[in-house]
Amino acid sequence: MPPFLYLFLGALAIVSALGVVVQRNPIHCLLSLISTLMVIAILFIGEDAVVVGFLQIIVYAGAIMVLFLFVIWLLNLQTESGPTGHIVLKTLGSLAAAALAAELSLFLAAPHLQVKMIQEPAGYGSLESLAGKLFTDYLVAFEVTSVLLLAAVVGAVALARRMPNAAGEGASDPRAAGAIRAAQASSRVQG
Amino acid sequence: MIPLTYMMSLSAIIFAIGVAGVIIRRNVLVMFMSIELMLNAVNLAFIALGSRLGSMDGQVIVFFVMTVAAAESAVGLGIIISVFRNRETVHADELNLMRW
Repeated sequence: MPPFLYLFLGALAIVSALGVVVQRNPIHCLLSLISTLMVIAILFIGEDAVVVGFLQIIVYAGAIMVLFLFVIWLLNLQTESGPTGHIVLKTLGSLAAAALAAELSLFLAAPHLQVKMIQEPAGYGSLESLAGKLFTDYLVAFEVTSVLLLAAVVGAVALARRMPNAAGEGASDPRAAGAIRAAQASSRVQG
Repeated sequence: MIPLTYMMSLSAIIFAIGVAGVIIRRNVLVMFMSIELMLNAVNLAFIALGSRLGSMDGQVIVFFVMTVAAAESAVGLGIIISVFRNRETVHADELNLMRW
């Protein structure tokens, strides 16, 4: 990729990342995040990580972001009105983040940290080389990942389902469940 | 190829924007999105370094980070839904039950 394209994509990534933080409507935040992920995926492809770049678009911008979208719709989140948070917190947070950015840039871009450029081997970033690495050196981690995903699925289902109560009507409010139980007890006494 | 300094600075800036989002925003979902932003900034650094070192390890780690991010967002969004059902809010300041 030509250098000016990198500059353009970098500016686009920073602007859309800022959009995630400054916008008030959660849907707009999410759209900014998706555009950031897309730009980062293009940067991946420019860095010869073609497979990971496409995975980023399919898995991240596709699947995970749709999950966020569903949750925003499910909770019916609207644009936040009025002041959002404390002004002191905002100021201090922005200053801290700016200091962090400066510090990280200084540290990560230090001249002594520059790596020696090594010519990429043939087939670098291809599906074959990725899979070869994944199923040899990282086989244990790959298999453990399946356990992680299974645990996440079970955990997400367990968290999101309504706890069944004695009456069998999925009331999640403990007070409502208590009222039902009290009504049952009183009817038993009367009977 | 573009110098490593450029990619690292971009990664640092996006990471800092994610940190700012977690600090400043009080909407739990937006804080969660900012965490995703930070994860992606780190992924960018991995890919940039990996391609300059001619090593595939960076890409494999990015693959794992994506998997962990998927698991994390599934569980995290489950928690958010569960909290919303009980407290009717996604505002972090109103979730103060365990606050001193």
